[in-house]
Amino acid sequence: MNGPLDYLGRWPLRLWLGVVGLFLYAPLAILVIFSFNDSKRTFIWRGFTTRWYTVLFNDTELLMAFGNSLTIALISTLISLVLGTLVALLLWRFRFPGKAGVEGLLALPIVVPEICLGVAFLVFFSAVLPWPTDLAWPLNLGVIIIAHVSFSFSFVALVVRARLASFDRDLAEAARDLGASEAQIFRDIMLPHLRPGLVAGGLLAFTLSLDDFVITFFTSGPDTVTFPVKVYAMVRFSVTPEVNAASTVLIVLTAGLTALALKLQSSETAKKAG
Amino acid sequence: MSKPPIIRFENVTKAFGKVIAVDDVTLDIPEGEFFALLGPSGCGKTSLLRLLAGFETPTQGRILIDGDDVSRVPPNRRPVNMVFQNYAVFPHMSVAQNVGYGLKVDGVAADERAARVADALALVKLEGLGARTPEQLSGGQRQRVALARALIKRPRVLLLDEPLSALDARLRDAMRAELTQLQQKIGITFVMVTHDQHEALAMACRCGVMDQGRLQQVATPNDLYEYPTSRFVADFIGQVNLFESRVEADLPDHAIVTARDLDLPVWIDHGVNAAPGTAVCLALRPEKIELHKRGDETALAPRVGSPSGYNQAAGTIRHINYLGSTSTYDVELASGRMVTALRSNLTRRGREDFALGEAVWLAWHAASPVVLPA
Repeated sequence: MNGPLDYLGRWPLRLWLGVVGLFLYAPLAILVIFSFNDSKRTFIWRGFTTRWYTVLFNDTELLMAFGNSLTIALISTLISLVLGTLVALLLWRFRFPGKAGVEGLLALPIVVPEICLGVAFLVFFSAVLPWPTDLAWPLNLGVIIIAHVSFSFSFVALVVRARLASFDRDLAEAARDLGASEAQIFRDIMLPHLRPGLVAGGLLAFTLSLDDFVITFFTSGPDTVTFPVKVYAMVRFSVTPEVNAASTVLIVLTAGLTALALKLQSSETAKKAG
Repeated sequence: MSKPPIIRFENVTKAFGKVIAVDDVTLDIPEGEFFALLGPSGCGKTSLLRLLAGFETPTQGRILIDGDDVSRVPPNRRPVNMVFQNYAVFPHMSVAQNVGYGLKVDGVAADERAARVADALALVKLEGLGARTPEQLSGGQRQRVALARALIKRPRVLLLDEPLSALDARLRDAMRAELTQLQQKIGITFVMVTHDQHEALAMACRCGVMDQGRLQQVATPNDLYEYPTSRFVADFIGQVNLFESRVEADLPDHAIVTARDLDLPVWIDHGVNAAPGTAVCLALRPEKIELHKRGDETALAPRVGSPSGYNQAAGTIRHINYLGSTSTYDVELASGRMVTALRSNLTRRGREDFALGEAVWLAWHAASPVVLPA
């Protein structure tokens, strides 16, 4: 039997792997490497330093943008999880007139170009439902959170719905037969089955929110700048290693979160098996 | 029966839209009985079980358990528990958690729960496997978990939906005996749904045969086989040869019936309560048909309990189906009709007694044919 790596003896496949690696990971590696560059100009290596991280952690504006991004991501993820799961359950469990329409509408935020959504939110929140600008943190982030929920809950709903499709309804009936109420069935039987879908959907919503630029750009105000919007503003003047450092922190954070989620998942499976 | 039945269906009808799954079923099941619902797929037997469990509510009629009308009571408040066809063991819980789940949702304290789980596991012979997860169990063990999980609630009635259909043949036979013993040991009323007549006949005290939503006959396995009351039941349970017939004479001590495909009339050793000329259906089981060599015709009549000239037919063996302990012989009559006879292979060379293409006499006892409405 050939393992997948045995095929690497053939040069076209090696080349392919090299090209994939080059375009997928080399930019990230270079970004990280140059965050340690002891130079104001990014593209010439002048020696190793961590001073850009010091600069970064003293840049209150960037830190605030970062804090805003995390807050928005966290809150919009939680709301998206609840909303998305409810919609998925609705579509899974019930038959009702207009169900096909609801399913179509659910996919809309995924297929509509982000730029259109961004403009739509801009118009909506300025003309139809003006959001007060002088609210205290984090209420001033409300507009962005609403915008993020409106597109990320669709992803959660789709992931959870796919997971629900493999749910054995007999399990729910068996639990009911044994005396469980609807709430107990949901907590004891359905939620454990849905957990991988919820984790995946949550991660998706979190990262979608964290790195969203287009929609956020149209919905953020002067006091509600998020990290991607701030980085964009900084890059417009010059790409400094500080931007690299900030991006590196973001990469480490998201990669770390994903690794954590995967580890939690696998330890759960291991516990079950052992 | 002086005691009221534990289960009573009163004119229960269940319709799903225009489809009538259960059609006007009235049935009493006494306490402690092992009752089997038998029928072809789509006959409504599973719907009847689900009505009893509470997963469906009757469109018409009432269901009483212990004299209480439970027609509208949800499944989690009925004194019945069910073993599902695919067992529906909760995959993310250990065996002990599965078995104890019904007690947990009832708020039974942890220490009492642990004791009862241990008892229940012992009852189904799964001692010491409480920490296992369902995926570490075999199909048979998973079924025992489902059984323990239902029995731990001490239900008044245990419902079993095709309990043996997912097991392999050898395990099925063992489990058949074990379920029967378990039922006798704990004395709970069992209601089982099955499409397998051998299962129903071997395990149940009484069987109800269903077809097209209707209960066709409720009887002991023996009565169901030997005294079917309809063509459907005679045909569905076991093998049978059916003859379109007509009553010629009906007297208190015997009746004479002629069948279209039989040259000689049939003598029946009891009255049939039908006027001469009535069209009836004659049912004859293969094992009740004797095969005889040509040449000893005269010896036949006294042996089959009728005057000579009755209860026999000449034919030719067209097909022999060797089954090991028995063989079935498809015999073509003069009318062209094929009749199946079954014969035990009493000696090791028994099969060679009759050969393919051999001309034979078929004969049957006057007590063997069943006269059914046409």
